[in-house]
Amino acid sequence: MSETLVTQIVIFVLAMIIGVEVIKKVPTLLHTPLMSGSNAISGITIIGAMIVSGWGATKLAAVLGFLAVIFAMFNVVGGYLVTDRMLQMFKTKEGGKAK
Amino acid sequence: MKTALMDFAYLAAAILFIVGLKWMASPSTARQGNAISAVGMLIAILVTLFDQHILSLWGILAGVVVGGALGAWAARAVKMTTMPQMVAILNGFGGLASLLVSAGEWHRLALPSCPFPTDVAVSIYASTIIGAVTFSGSVVAAGKLQEVISGRPILFKGQHLLNAALLLACLGLAIYLTKQAVNPHAFGALNLLALALGVLLVIPIGGADMPVVICLLNSYSGLAAATTGFIIHNHGLIITGALVGASGIILTQIMCKAMNRSLANVLFGGFGATATAGGSAAAVKGTVRPITPEDAAALLAYAESVAFVPGYGLAVAQAQHVLRELGDLLEQRGVKVTYGIHPVAGRMPGHMNVLLAEANVAYDKLLDMDVINPQFERTDVVVVVGANDVVNPAARNTPSSPLYGMPILDVDKARQVIFMKRSLNPGFAGIDNELFYNPKTSMLFGDAAKTLAALVHEVKQV
Repeated sequence: MSETLVTQIVIFVLAMIIGVEVIKKVPTLLHTPLMSGSNAISGITIIGAMIVSGWGATKLAAVLGFLAVIFAMFNVVGGYLVTDRMLQMFKTKEGGKAK
Repeated sequence: MKTALMDFAYLAAAILFIVGLKWMASPSTARQGNAISAVGMLIAILVTLFDQHILSLWGILAGVVVGGALGAWAARAVKMTTMPQMVAILNGFGGLASLLVSAGEWHRLALPSCPFPTDVAVSIYASTIIGAVTFSGSVVAAGKLQEVISGRPILFKGQHLLNAALLLACLGLAIYLTKQAVNPHAFGALNLLALALGVLLVIPIGGADMPVVICLLNSYSGLAAATTGFIIHNHGLIITGALVGASGIILTQIMCKAMNRSLANVLFGGFGATATAGGSAAAVKGTVRPITPEDAAALLAYAESVAFVPGYGLAVAQAQHVLRELGDLLEQRGVKVTYGIHPVAGRMPGHMNVLLAEANVAYDKLLDMDVINPQFERTDVVVVVGANDVVNPAARNTPSSPLYGMPILDVDKARQVIFMKRSLNPGFAGIDNELFYNPKTSMLFGDAAKTLAALVHEVKQV
């Protein structure tokens, strides 16, 4: 196994632990927006899509990358906006909106 | 831009994602948290545009505009009741993007016709399999939720064997492709088999278990993003994908616990198909006391405290708004009103909270099962509307019941229970409910929306 792959696995495992710790603290009240919000974050694949699309090494690779950009961007924009739409509905009695 | 500088920018984006998720811990900061996370994404996207290897920006920009516009439209158009389908589709698109990226990278690297380094090969094939399973599995899950595909579990003989064979075939192809030279046919076959695997993994799972599946697919979509990071050696993607993967795993655990099922049981059990047989054995008999809306309204109006226990039937009847109206009316009379929310009250984790928030119920009145259960003893009247199994005392008392061991809302501990129901038919899982025959319980029969409207009318008369 190469050094790069080992480093990548180390980063992956540590990030997973941070994720578990942070997400444990989200109350059940907000689990639906949490899912759509984390979903938007998983749209980070957009980076990979942009690179494959932009490098344009082969025509087919560029086309596949272009399609990947569309789907990932749908994931990003749709995810963030729908999460925001839900979160703005959570209010207290005094009309204090969730900011 | 220098690569090191770009890596730091991706790190900054990852930190913003973590901070954003941290702010999701409270409803008063959650919206800002989501915005912080979006800023992280913007940074990541902008920085990538400066990648010096990028030859053509036009394709990227066109893709960003088209995908962004469609995403924005969908986010606006989706109804809160269909949020589970929306999340399933978002998961699926994330998986599809990963699948396309790995296919693109494969094609780019395959050209020189020399075998890939093992690292690259492992990352690409892992990304292909996870991306494909996430995509096709999510599409089937969305179809089941939307009832385009039957919500009933689709079971056939030798299903598990077929799935195992498919998985082995995928792994075998991946190993062959890693060890031997590049072969487009084998790679194409790997894509198709992995897509088929995604479909076959989800079709045996019943509609009621979809919340667990969506959580699991959420986790997969994170893992798919992480494997993409392994392919293009981008630490930002790896960190972010791992975060989402962890989120999905935690939510999956929570949902399994709330349904008292192991993950293996959900994935391989085909629960909905067998439950009717098991439930009829535990049939309870006794006298049922019906109540009129007039009497129920009087009971509510003169109570000191009322707790509503809504289930998905409420959302199906589109009765959240009239329920909130009733709650407001009672509060104006000085009644203390709360809402008890079971973790599986909706079609995905936290779904019922969103539906009630949409109907303008203040979120501090929405109480989790753990919070409201000790309060039932001191509650005058509990109104159960559109829920059944999640309040069935058999889960506590009857070891032979299929529900036994499932955490429930202990509404039978309240002084009075008004059970709103269309008829005496058993609930989703086909299990009889002894609560109907409890001397404390009054049954208020009828359509949820109409009966709640009648209660609003009657409370105004009191």
